[in-house]
Amino acid sequence: MKHLLSIEDLSYEEALSILDTAHEMARVSDGPVKKLPTLRGRTIVNLFLEDSTRTRISFEAAAKRLSADVINFAAKGSSVSKGESLKDTAQTLQAMGTDAVIIRHSASGSAHWLAHSPWMNGSVINAGDGTHEHPTQALLDAFTIRKHLCGGAGDLGGMNVGIVGDVLHSRVARSNVLLLSKLGANVVLIAPPTLLPVGVESWPATVSYDFNREIPKLDALMMLRVQQERMNDYFFPTSREYAQYFGLNRDRLTLLKQNSIIMHPGPMNRGLEITAECADSARSVIVEQVKNGVSVRMAVLYLLLAGSSEIASAVNAEVNA
Amino acid sequence: MSIAMPAVDISRAITRISHEILERNGGSDSITLLGIPTRGAHLAKRIASQIAQIEGREVPVGTLDITLHRDDLRMRPPRGLAPTLIPTQGIEGRDVILIDDVFYSGRTIRAALDALGEIGRPRTVQLAVLVDRGHRELPIRADFVGKNLPTSRLQSVKVHLSELDGIDEVLLEEEAVISQ
Repeated sequence: MKHLLSIEDLSYEEALSILDTAHEMARVSDGPVKKLPTLRGRTIVNLFLEDSTRTRISFEAAAKRLSADVINFAAKGSSVSKGESLKDTAQTLQAMGTDAVIIRHSASGSAHWLAHSPWMNGSVINAGDGTHEHPTQALLDAFTIRKHLCGGAGDLGGMNVGIVGDVLHSRVARSNVLLLSKLGANVVLIAPPTLLPVGVESWPATVSYDFNREIPKLDALMMLRVQQERMNDYFFPTSREYAQYFGLNRDRLTLLKQNSIIMHPGPMNRGLEITAECADSARSVIVEQVKNGVSVRMAVLYLLLAGSSEIASAVNAEVNA
Repeated sequence: MSIAMPAVDISRAITRISHEILERNGGSDSITLLGIPTRGAHLAKRIASQIAQIEGREVPVGTLDITLHRDDLRMRPPRGLAPTLIPTQGIEGRDVILIDDVFYSGRTIRAALDALGEIGRPRTVQLAVLVDRGHRELPIRADFVGKNLPTSRLQSVKVHLSELDGIDEVLLEEEAVISQ
C-alpha cells in the first residue's frame, strides 16, 4: 500500500490490518507518554483546500504522536487564494521534500489525480474529496463499531448498520457503505428520495424511506450531517419537516435496541438531524469516534510511511529470483 | 541444517533460567516478566509457570511489542504490530526481565529498552534469552542465557516452540540470509 485514496481500492485483509494496527495504536494514546519515534524525520503536509476542523487536527495529532513533522496548508491565506493551481501547489510541496500529502479538496477524484500525477513521489492520503470518498472516516467508524459490538477483533459479520440522512452529498456515507459491507455488515440507507444519489441501487446496501420501521433492527445508527453548504436546490420542504421524518429524537431513541450505539461523523446540526438530548445521551459514541480517529490515522500513517515500499519490492524480487 | 538444541535441552534451559532469575533477585516478589513477541512471549509464559511451580505463587507476566521502536523500519516493508500487555501492577519500581528467543545484534533489545521507557521506570531491567548467537552490534549483554551458540553471519538460527510450531527445537541453518 502506498496511497490511501478510497475504500474501494482497499482489500478485506488490508482493511482488517488497519483496524488491528489501530487497536495497538490506541494503547499509545492511553499511555503516559503519547509519543513514538516511529516516523521521526518524515515530513507530512496537511493540504486542506476545504474547511475542516476535526479531520485536520486528528491527522496532525496522529502524525505528531508518531514523531513526524507536520506542515499545515490551508487554502485561506495561502497562494491558492491568489489562484495557484493544484499542480503548482503539489510541485512546490514536492520540492520541499515531503513524504506524504494528506489532501482534502472539494473536487471528487482530486486525491487520485494527485497520487497519479508525475510530479508527486510521496504517499497521498485522501481526507475527503468532494462527494466521492472519505476513507479514514469510514475506518474509524468501523473501528468504533467493532470495539463496542464485536469485542474489538475480527470483522463486522452480521451487524446491522443504518446510515440516515443526506446520503447524496455524503462522502462519509459512500465510504462507509463500501467498508462496512466489505467487513460483513448489513447496511441500510435511510433517507428521503431526494437525498439519495442516482445509481444507489447498485451500492451494496438496501434503501428505506421509513426511519421508524428500521430503527428497532439496528445495532449501530449513523446520523449524517445535512450538508446545507452543498445544497443549491430544494431537497426537502422545511428543516422542521426533515427533522420530523429523518431526525433522531427522544421518541425514536426509545425504539432503539438496548446495546445499540449512536454515531455522527460531525460536525452536528443539533436540532436538525439529531436533537441535543440524543447527541449527549449515554448511547452516543460521537466523542469517542473523534478519539478513535487519531488511532486509526496513526495506523494508516504507520502502514503507509514506516516501511520502504521500494526496498520491499527489491526484497521480493530477490526472493523470487 | 542441524539441531542445536533438542526439546529436552530447551526444557532444561528454561528450568535453569527460572532458578537463576529467582537467585539473582532474591525470590519472586519484585519481578515482572515481559516476553518480546512472538516466541519470546511464549518463553515468558513458560518461565512464569516454572517460577510459579518453584515458588508456589504466580508472577506478573506480559508482552512487549517493540516494532514501533525498531531502527530498521525504513529498510523493510511495513509489518503488523503484536499486542503489548503490561501486567496491571505496571513496571514502575519492578525488576523487569525481558525475554527473547534469539539474541543477535542487540538491536531488538535496544528497541525494547526504549519501549519500556515509555511505560514507566523499572528498578532494574534484566535480559533472558534462549540462544545467544553472538555478533553484537551494540554494547548490550544478556543476564541469563539458555545456550551460547557460536555462529557465522551466514548461518540462520530458527527457534521452534510447540505452542506455534508443534515441536520444541532450535535449528542452525547454513543458508545465506538476505543481507541487511
